[in-house]
Amino acid sequence: MLKIITLAAAAAMSASLPAVGGSHGDGPVKAGFVYVGPIGDGGWTYEHHQGLLAVQEHFGDKVETVYQESVPEGADAERAMTQMALQGADIIFTTSFGYMDPTINVAAKFPDVKFEHATGYKRADNVSTYSARFYEGRAVQGHIAGKMTKTNKIGYIASFPIPEVIRGINSAYIHAKKANPDVEMSVIWVYTWFDPPKEADAAKALIDNGVDVVLQHTDSTAPQAAAAEAGVISFGQASDMSEYAPLPRVSSIIDNWAPYYIARVQAVMDGTWESVDTWDGIGPGMVEIGEITDAVPADVKAEAEALRDAIGSGEYHAFTGPLNKQDGSPWLAEGETADDGTLVGMNFYVEGITGEIPN
Amino acid sequence: MDLGSINPVLLVAALLLASTPILLAAMGELVVEKSGVLNLGVEGMMIVGAVAGFIAAVESGSPALGFLAAAAAAAVLALLFGVLTQVLLSNQVATGLGLTLFGLGISSLMGQGYVGIRPPASPRLELPVLSELPFLGPVLFSQHAMVYLSLAIVVGVWWYLRSTRSGLILRAVGESHEAAHALGYSVLGTRLAAIAFGGALAGLGGACLSLVIVPQWTEGMTAGRGWIALAIVVFGSWRAWRVLLGAYLFGGVSVLQLNLQAAGIAIPVELLSMSPYLITILVLVIISSDKRRAQANAPNSLGRTFHASG
Amino acid sequence: MIRLERRPAPSRAWAWATPLLAVLATMVAGGLLFAFLGKDPLLVIRTIFWDPILGEFAFYYRGQLLVKAGPLVLIAIGLSLGFRAGVWNIGAEGQYIMGAICGAAVGLAFYPLEARWLIFPMMVLAGGLGGFLWAMIPGILRTRFNTNEILVSLLLVYVAEQILAWMALGPLRSPDGAGFPGSRNLRHYDAAANHELIAGSGMHWGVVAAFIAVILGHVLLSRHILGFNIRLAGASPRAARFAGVNPGLLVLTCLGMSGALAGFAGLFEVAGPAGQINIDFNVGYGFTAIIVAFLGRLHPVGILLAGFLMALTYIGGEAAQATLGVPAAAIQAFQGMLLFFLLALDVMTNYRVRFDVRARA
Repeated sequence: MLKIITLAAAAAMSASLPAVGGSHGDGPVKAGFVYVGPIGDGGWTYEHHQGLLAVQEHFGDKVETVYQESVPEGADAERAMTQMALQGADIIFTTSFGYMDPTINVAAKFPDVKFEHATGYKRADNVSTYSARFYEGRAVQGHIAGKMTKTNKIGYIASFPIPEVIRGINSAYIHAKKANPDVEMSVIWVYTWFDPPKEADAAKALIDNGVDVVLQHTDSTAPQAAAAEAGVISFGQASDMSEYAPLPRVSSIIDNWAPYYIARVQAVMDGTWESVDTWDGIGPGMVEIGEITDAVPADVKAEAEALRDAIGSGEYHAFTGPLNKQDGSPWLAEGETADDGTLVGMNFYVEGITGEIPN
Repeated sequence: MDLGSINPVLLVAALLLASTPILLAAMGELVVEKSGVLNLGVEGMMIVGAVAGFIAAVESGSPALGFLAAAAAAAVLALLFGVLTQVLLSNQVATGLGLTLFGLGISSLMGQGYVGIRPPASPRLELPVLSELPFLGPVLFSQHAMVYLSLAIVVGVWWYLRSTRSGLILRAVGESHEAAHALGYSVLGTRLAAIAFGGALAGLGGACLSLVIVPQWTEGMTAGRGWIALAIVVFGSWRAWRVLLGAYLFGGVSVLQLNLQAAGIAIPVELLSMSPYLITILVLVIISSDKRRAQANAPNSLGRTFHASG
Repeated sequence: MIRLERRPAPSRAWAWATPLLAVLATMVAGGLLFAFLGKDPLLVIRTIFWDPILGEFAFYYRGQLLVKAGPLVLIAIGLSLGFRAGVWNIGAEGQYIMGAICGAAVGLAFYPLEARWLIFPMMVLAGGLGGFLWAMIPGILRTRFNTNEILVSLLLVYVAEQILAWMALGPLRSPDGAGFPGSRNLRHYDAAANHELIAGSGMHWGVVAAFIAVILGHVLLSRHILGFNIRLAGASPRAARFAGVNPGLLVLTCLGMSGALAGFAGLFEVAGPAGQINIDFNVGYGFTAIIVAFLGRLHPVGILLAGFLMALTYIGGEAAQATLGVPAAAIQAFQGMLLFFLLALDVMTNYRVRFDVRARA
């Protein structure tokens, strides 16, 4: 289910032909990575850096990698990219949504350098975008959560009300509800991607309010520890967080960028790089489901794995009707699946979730 | 108001623990400021404490050793500030900010090999008899040792500043370093000791985050709590009890807003997430509007450089 | 025994020599740190201090120095006035955010009208006003209710950050942004954009404003009665009161000026280098500016130089990360060291070191 929209392929080809600035004719290909957090954050940036290391290992001395961590969005990001381009980078991965406009701006100045922007939607002849369908993993988590909860209350620690986070909440809720019709979900918006003590407090607040399964869409492992202490279950986010297995962490969603990064660097080497829009999920392996531990009963584990495989093979879509929006208005008819356009800009809850999306 | 599923006893238990790092750091800064020194480097000392405590606890397997190491490392960093500002007479505000920058940098260098590791568990302290009370016991009297220690430190600092000779000297130094010097007290020694003590407590607060609350080492994990501790000292108008009140107020509102969300109470989230700051300001406005009493407790020499020209 | 003896007047020679000595000392200490991390110390030091000014890509970096130093200097000039008068505004970061929000909101309200002569000046005014009003909150609370301005200005930074997130996700979110956070990009809207004045130079209106602020700050402090009152209030609040200075008005003036300058800085940044209101728009200029103000000894020209030195360590530090793989944390620690040396060696300006041989009684 790899889905590639090729934009202006001819133009991209012609741009890559006169390889004056890009030096990949001779010497190693130089790949630059711009990170929004420190590589030691244990989550989002950590996984991108694992991708860099995989590229380095795969190509050996045929590739040279550089990176810059904790780069703020805006002017500083533009400088980081410009700097890499000036110093001969052939391909630059910009790994945060907020780098979108800076990436487009810098790419316009360096037509021979290839840019890859994560989670955005603006492309150009030399700018591709890529993202992962994390919501597919949320469906598997939601199923396990619905089966595992004894209080029928599951909790979700959310960062900011943006489509990616809302997709995850909806997907988890839909599948929890399918597994357990009595389930209720509490959402806490912490308004931060990374604040470990606050994430821990949020997990405790959920648990104190009767929640016994905690899902998170923030980057630190703090909620795992809170769940461990309270004896409830949780899921790893962005990275495997296997140090908390088998309990509380019963499974995880892992962002695996390595295959994509290797493929794209290879494309630069071969001169076949084109501007593409990649949104991959479980099927191509960009989203991985971390090991489901023995704390989950065997039948639930088998169901969850079957769900994972059905999504992976494309036989099942995580948003399949009948589904209504929160206000009761119909969204998807029986058997209908959500189109990517709606998913990309998702700004509503599905029916059954209480509370409002802040805006 | 219907609080839905919020259990007030659990809420109190949560706020006690959540407020402890800020309370510890603020008590340390209180002593420093009482001696007439303004150290804005609390954030830097906290994070160095967090990483040093984490490393020591992981390597030794003992949380207690971790806390000791946290206090020691942060005190050493604080003494760097002490030497710069007290011996070399550098500007306190700028040096303190520099200390934060330096601390954030050095902590992530130190912690590079310690990301993604679980520290040894810090056990809860079961208070005998009380922890067996049917309802209150399990939550209010079986907290982490650091919660009780922080309360003991509040009592200790209050008693020390109020009733001991050395506490009196410390306050005298903070009020008027010239007068204290003329009376033959060592301004330098007193201040360096206070700075080291302040650093040690900030370090304990940091270790409380990395060993108890989170517990994990991640870069930048203090996420601004050192700044809040500074604000709480001002909030408490340099009195130990009011610092305690301020820390619990701030921690309480922070925990309460998360609980309100969890319970699905319909208050806009934007408003809830700024509520800890707004309520702290509001309460301070109310208690400081009595012109005669406010500021009276601020040390007169706060932030001023002292040089014994004799 | 070594002791310090106060000089009758600050030494002009040492005032110039200490920053140079401090930079040299930092190179040595920082070099040791880099060597310890397994990097070639000479190469790292050269990358940080030399390459941005005279290296191969200096044509680009020089402009970036202006971009980075501009807001730092603009904010620090405002803060220095208050610090001289004993008014502690440490919430410039919040005023910077509010200036950016207000200015951007005005610009976005007119979208897509093309009337630069009207829109851009109004945005500048709105930016200054936003910062000014945000600083008036601690100002009025201090003068009316005697509430400490350190606490209020600091906590209002966090409130401003929440408002920023709310704006980026709600009212100011770009209608064409497919539900993603962030406003329209002002750089793509000519009537509201703070473009570079000369392409590639890094010079934009915010940098111009910073230079103007340096000149006006200098004139104010050395020639104007308000500057005299500020210095008097800082040196002796009692004397200032006897001289007829209204302390409440002075607090409001200092907070207002520093707030407005921070607001301008925010507006110029959001309409220029940053381009859009976003959740993480602020990157700490308001806090770094406090360091810049003190490094510059609260003197306008000193602040200008200090602003450029800080900018140099940022730009050079980034270059060292990207080209040599030096961890960001090492650069942070290096910056901290530089500050320590600058501040510590400053003692030589005002004091003389004496080696006392006689036994002390």
